[in-house]
Amino acid sequence: MTLSTDHSVTAPPTSIARASARPWRDHKKPLWVLGLIIPVLPFLGWGLVTVTGQSIFWFTPPVVVFVVIPIIDLFAGLDPDNPPDEVIESLEEDRYYRWVIFLFLPLQYASLIGGAYLLGGGDAVGATPVTVWDKLGLAFGLGTVAGIAINTAHELGHKKEHHERWLARVALAQTFYGHFYIEHNRGHHVRVATPDDPASSRLGETVWEFFPRTVIGSFKSAWRLEKKRFGRRDQSPWTLRNDVLNAWAMSAVLFTGLVLAFGIGILPYLIVQAVVGIWFLESVNYLEHYGMKRAILPNGRVERVNPSHSWNSNNIGTNVLLYHLQRHSDHHANPTRRYQSLRDFPESPVLPTGYAGMIVLTWVPAIWRRVMDPRVLAHYDGDVTRANLQPRKREALLARHGRGGGEVA
Amino acid sequence: MSTYICPGCDYLYDEAAGDPREGWPPGTAFADLDPDWCCPDCGVREAQDFVLATNSA
Repeated sequence: MTLSTDHSVTAPPTSIARASARPWRDHKKPLWVLGLIIPVLPFLGWGLVTVTGQSIFWFTPPVVVFVVIPIIDLFAGLDPDNPPDEVIESLEEDRYYRWVIFLFLPLQYASLIGGAYLLGGGDAVGATPVTVWDKLGLAFGLGTVAGIAINTAHELGHKKEHHERWLARVALAQTFYGHFYIEHNRGHHVRVATPDDPASSRLGETVWEFFPRTVIGSFKSAWRLEKKRFGRRDQSPWTLRNDVLNAWAMSAVLFTGLVLAFGIGILPYLIVQAVVGIWFLESVNYLEHYGMKRAILPNGRVERVNPSHSWNSNNIGTNVLLYHLQRHSDHHANPTRRYQSLRDFPESPVLPTGYAGMIVLTWVPAIWRRVMDPRVLAHYDGDVTRANLQPRKREALLARHGRGGGEVA
Repeated sequence: MSTYICPGCDYLYDEAAGDPREGWPPGTAFADLDPDWCCPDCGVREAQDFVLATNSA
């Protein structure tokens, strides 16, 4: 499968031990369909409001993702399954796993169109959001789906198949974030855990400082990448073959269609749901590589990305919900590998809980830093100069932890 | 014309076919690619990491 002898792409020893016992079987196989619950959550919220008359239930999706799932992670524990090398090829070929991902999209769009209908005052059946508060609740719900749809798009966008890459942009259209498909694959994966990467957060950087830097930086990076691609043949990037422009065109058509169908009054809520979705994605970006930095090698190249450059979690709840995104070290070693084949590396850095619960921690930077800064320091054996430091906090961090400020690179 | 393979994900660069989407017309020699050009499939390996797969000069 691979010609490389790099340690980062070999299987962890646990899977070898398991393989010698009896044939490996994917115990999570039936569980993957549970990810499809997410795009159904806005309907669940609407149903609960209809049945109970309590408008608080419009907020059902974010409550499930930020309260229920983190609690499940705390109690359900870790995910012991690691596919051994010899099954990976057949696991990748099993079409069931692809269909689980594809089915997310029609449900995602059903919830968006259904939600837009309700926001536009549609009341053919059941409850309709009346107050601004109700409508914000519904928009936050749609945004929660939109954010997790970016995770679905992420899975699709890394694949070599043309139709999967195209579906990635369809999933991103809801958040107007189609340029993510370019920036993530060609920008973030190349520069991950370096000070140059807008999507890798730095030690001492709060999530609120990270948002504008990553949103603006990722947009610029995506445009630069496409401009360079067309520039090689002296062509203008102003064409629909530019993947940034065709992705945005898809969003423009979608938003215009929804406004024409359900009224201009829904536009503020369409924007709210897109911002919530982007915020969800960028929160995950924030926690995936916090403080991590790749060393500069003697030959001047940046060391190749390895398992020590990503924060992982192996909690089963979020593992199923986010299609193994938390097995992030393996993802960066093998970006085109499908979610069902990703493995947990025992030597990779681990977050104290699943990604869903960790997002909640980012909301209060003081708590986040209290939990995470010591972990970053421990990861670098107490040498803060090896971490990716927030420039504004650099002096303070060096004064507090520094070893004579002997920063390299 | 030779072919070169990405050691991470098996993407194959064929000099005869080039990769027009990436901006490399058919016949572009591997040596003429940008040194910082990354594998278009995995984004992990740069041109200098690629391995010669077939050599038919």
